[in-house]
Amino acid sequence: MAKQVTLTIDGKQVTVPEGTVVADAAKMAGIDIPVFCHHPKLEPVGMCRMCLVEIGRPVRDRATGQFVMENGAPKIQFMPKLETACTNKVEEGMVVLTRSQKALEGQRGTIEFLLTSHPLDCPICDKGGECPLQNLTMAYGPDKSRFLYNEKFHLDKMVPLGELIWLDRERCIQCARCIRFQDEIAGDSVIGFDERGRATQIVTFSDPAFDSVFSGNTTDICPVGALTTSDFRFGARPWELQAHASICTQCPVGCNTTLNTRREAKSGGRIVVKRVMPRQNEDVNEIWICDKGRFAYHYTEGKNRLTRPMIRKDGKLTRASWDAATKLAAENFQKAKKNFVILASGRLSNEDLFNLKSLAEHAEGKAYLYSHMGGGELTSLVGVGQRTNFGTMGAGTTIVVVASDLYEEAPVWYLRVKQAAARGANLIVMNARETKLDRYASFTVRYAYGDEVKAVSDLGKKGKIGDSFLKSENVVILYGSDGLGVSGSRAVASACAKLLNENGFTGRPNNGLIGVWGRANDQGAWEMGFEAPEDLAKALKGKTVYIAGADPAADDPKLAKALEGAEFVVVQDVMTTATTEIADVVLPAQAFTEREGTLTSGERRVQRFYPAVPVTGEAKADFAITSQIARHMGIVLEGTSVSAVFDILAASVKSFEGLTYAKLAEVRPQWPIVGRSDLYYGGTTYENTQGMGAQLSAAAGRGEKVSLPRVEKEAVVRPKEKELLAVPVTKLYDRGTTVLPSELLHQRIGEARVVLHSETAKSLGVEEGQTVSVSFNGVNGEAVVKLSDAISVGVALIPRSMGLAIHEPAAVKVK
Amino acid sequence: MGVLDPLIELLRGLGTTFKMALEKPVTYQYPEEKRPVRPRFRGRHVLKRYENGLEKCIGCSLCAAACPADAIFVEASENTDEKRFSPGERYASTYEINMLRCIYCGFCEDACPTEAIVLGDNYELSFYDRRSAIYTKEMLLEPVPSVEMTTPRKVEPGVFTRAVPEMKDPAD
Repeated sequence: MAKQVTLTIDGKQVTVPEGTVVADAAKMAGIDIPVFCHHPKLEPVGMCRMCLVEIGRPVRDRATGQFVMENGAPKIQFMPKLETACTNKVEEGMVVLTRSQKALEGQRGTIEFLLTSHPLDCPICDKGGECPLQNLTMAYGPDKSRFLYNEKFHLDKMVPLGELIWLDRERCIQCARCIRFQDEIAGDSVIGFDERGRATQIVTFSDPAFDSVFSGNTTDICPVGALTTSDFRFGARPWELQAHASICTQCPVGCNTTLNTRREAKSGGRIVVKRVMPRQNEDVNEIWICDKGRFAYHYTEGKNRLTRPMIRKDGKLTRASWDAATKLAAENFQKAKKNFVILASGRLSNEDLFNLKSLAEHAEGKAYLYSHMGGGELTSLVGVGQRTNFGTMGAGTTIVVVASDLYEEAPVWYLRVKQAAARGANLIVMNARETKLDRYASFTVRYAYGDEVKAVSDLGKKGKIGDSFLKSENVVILYGSDGLGVSGSRAVASACAKLLNENGFTGRPNNGLIGVWGRANDQGAWEMGFEAPEDLAKALKGKTVYIAGADPAADDPKLAKALEGAEFVVVQDVMTTATTEIADVVLPAQAFTEREGTLTSGERRVQRFYPAVPVTGEAKADFAITSQIARHMGIVLEGTSVSAVFDILAASVKSFEGLTYAKLAEVRPQWPIVGRSDLYYGGTTYENTQGMGAQLSAAAGRGEKVSLPRVEKEAVVRPKEKELLAVPVTKLYDRGTTVLPSELLHQRIGEARVVLHSETAKSLGVEEGQTVSVSFNGVNGEAVVKLSDAISVGVALIPRSMGLAIHEPAAVKVK
Repeated sequence: MGVLDPLIELLRGLGTTFKMALEKPVTYQYPEEKRPVRPRFRGRHVLKRYENGLEKCIGCSLCAAACPADAIFVEASENTDEKRFSPGERYASTYEINMLRCIYCGFCEDACPTEAIVLGDNYELSFYDRRSAIYTKEMLLEPVPSVEMTTPRKVEPGVFTRAVPEMKDPAD
C-alpha cells in the first residue's frame, strides 16, 4: 500500500495515498473542486485553470527539516497566488482552501474567460442538460460577463471528425481531454491541436478520419458539447431519457452499459433505445466502451424483427399461434430421437443456454455451440480465478496474448492489457503477424501459422522470455483464434492450459486462461457443456435441428446447403435471417434490450442485464420458448422467470455454485466517483447501481484435480505452388447480423477483403484496391485487395463474416 | 320593526330590478359576438415564424421541460440548407401539445429561448374525443405570410447559421 498523506482541505482532515493530486483528494473527501481539463483517469495538465485554489504548506526549518511551530501548530505559508488543484500533489500538513474569497474569485474569472467565445447555443446543443460548463457556470460563474456578446469569436460549427463524431469548434474550451484520452488511454494518437491562441482547434490527422474504435468515449469526457456522436445527434434532450442497466452483447468483454430510452414519434410512438452509454465497472470496462458497443445496437429495433411465430405450409412461411408452432417443433424433436441437434450461439443468455442444454440432455440430442473457436472446456477448468481484474495487474504479473488481435476482437481488453503493461506488467504478445498490442509488449514472439502450439510450449523453456514468464507471480493467458479454426484454437488452448497448470498459474486471482471468444456468452455456453463441432455442416446434415440465436446460412453457403438437407429446422431468433428463410418453424425471440438475464464474460464474470424497451410483437424470451417446446415433449423446464432458471442453473452447474440472482446485483464503492450530480469530474458515464456481477469459480480454484487432455498438434496446411495460405482473422466491424443493421458503421465495415503482403501482391501482379477472385476449400468469391506489410509473405488474411466463409486455415488461389 | 317593513324591502328590491332592466345589457351574444381578450391573456399556443417565414422553434424541448403538466412533446431533427425549417442546425420535427393537459400557465413561453411559442388569444378549445385534443405542429404553426416563405425550403448555404438569435427583454 502506498504511503498515506494527511492534509487539510477546507478545515477537513483528509488522508489519501501519496501522489494523489489535490483535486482528487478533495473528491475523496466529498469536497467539490470544479475542473474541466482534469480527469481522474488522465494525467494532469492544468490547461483550463478552473481548479484554482489557495494552497498553504507548512514551513520547514532549513537546518533540521522539522516543521516550524507557531502557537502549537505548524506554521503555514500560503503562496501569494492561486494554484491549480489538479497539478499539485498532496503533501503532509498541506492546507487547501477551495471556497475562500480569493479562490472563488479566481474560479469566477476563469469561467468568465471560458465563456468569452462560447456560443451559448445550449438550447440546440446535445450536451445541454448534462454539460459541465453549464453546471459549473451556474455554481461558480459570474452573473454577468464584462465581455460584449457581439464580439464573440466565431468558428466552424459542424465539422465532421470522421463519420461517427461531430466537432463544434466554437464550443470547444481546449481542455484537451479528448486528445489526452486518445494518446494516453486509447493509444491511437489520431487527433491533436492545430493553430494557437484563440484559433486553437481540434483536428484529426488519420485516414479515415478519427480512426479509433474508442472515439465515442471522447464525447463522454468532453466537458462541453464540442464533441457529439452522429448517432445521437439531436436525438433527445438528456433529461428526457430513461436509463436502464444493460450489458454489451457484442464481444466477450461484457462491458457494463446503460441504455437510454425514449418514446419516439419517428418510430411510430414506440419506446426506443436512443443511445448506449458506458456504466462504470472498474473490474470490467472502467468507464469506457468501444464504438461497436456504442453504435451497433440498432439491430434490436430493425425493420426485419420477427414478431410472430411462423410455420412453413406449402413451401411458404405462414403465421401460426405459439401453441401450434411449438407443438409442431416438439413433435419433430421427439420423432428425431438421437438425430436431434441443438445449435445455439453465445448471443443467448446463460438461462437460455441452460434450458437448451437441459432439453438436449432430456431428449438425448446433441447441444452444439455455434463458434469458430474451441477450447472452452479448458477455460472452465483452468479459467481465471475469482477476483481476477486487469485493473489490479502490474509488476509481477505476466499477461500473454496468443493468436489474438485484441484491438479488433475485444477492444476494451486491449485497453486494460495496455494499461496493465504501463503499470509494469510483463506483456508477451505471440502472433504470426504484427498487431497493435505489439507496441506495448515486453516481448513479441513471431511464429509461422501452424506453429502456435510449439510457440506456446516454448514459453515454459529457459531463455529470456521463458524466464520472465516462469518467474512471475501471476500469469494470465488470453488466447484467440487469429489464423485458427476450431481445432487449431483448441490445440492452442490445451497447450496454454498445460503450461499454466504445470507451473501453478491456476486457481488464484489474476491467474488462468481467458478465451477471446467471438460472442458475448460463449464462455457461458462452455460452462453449460456445449461443444463446438469441427465440421458443422456434417453435424447438421440430415438431422432435426433447433437453431437459437445463430445465422449459419448467411455465414456459409455450405451450412445453408447442410440445413436445406436437414430433416426439420426450427429457428429461434430476433430477426429475419437467411437461416429463418430455410426454417420449417420460426419462433420470434426477444432482443436483449427487451428482457432480463445474465451473461458470462470471457473473464467468467456473470453479469445481469435488465429490460429497457417493451417487447416487439409476440416475441418471447429464448428460455421461455425452449420451456414451451419442452412442455409439449413432456419435459418440465422452468420458463416463467429468469431468476428461477438461474437458481436451478446455480444448483446444477458446478462453477455457478453459490451464486444467486440477487448477488449479481450487488455493488461496491468505486473510484473514481462518476455519474452523480458532478458530471464535470468523470464525464457522462453512468454510476453503477445495478450490479457489478460475480466471477465463476474454476475447477482449479475449487481444489479439484484438473485432468487436461493431451496437447494435439494441428495438421499444418501446406499451400502448393501458386497458392497462398489463407487464414481467418476477426475484424471488429464485420458483416455480422447484429452489426450490419447499424448504417452508421457501414463505412467502417467496408467490402469483402483479402489482405496481402506487398511482395505477395507484386508476385501475383495485383494492386491495392483491385478486386480479385478468391477460391479455397470449395468457396469461391470476390474480394478487394488490401496491402499490409505487418503480415508475412505468402499469406492471405481473410476476415470472418465479411462475405467469404472461412473457418480454418486453407490453401487459397487468388487471381 | 313596523308592519310595512317587509313591503318596503320588497319594493327596494324590485326597484333595483327595474333599474337594471332599463340599463344596457353586459351579456355577450357568444358565439356571434366575441369578447375581446386582455393583452396578457393566455389562450391556445401559437408557434411563431420570423419575418422571412422560417420557424422560430428550434426543437430544444425546454418548453416541455418547463411544462408542469407534461403536456408538450418535442422531437428534433437536423436542418440542411436544402430543406430548411428554422435558422441554425436544429428544428422541431414533431411538436405536440395535449390541450386537455395544458393548464395555460405560460411557463413554456417563459422557457422558450427564441420566443417561438406564444400563448395566443384563442380560447375556443373543445373536442369530441381525446385524440383531437392533441395539437400537432401543423395546427400550432402560424400561417405563412406568402407562398415562397413556406418551410421547409431551399436556402443559400451559410446564411442561417445561428440558431439562437440575440433578443431584447420583452417590453410587455
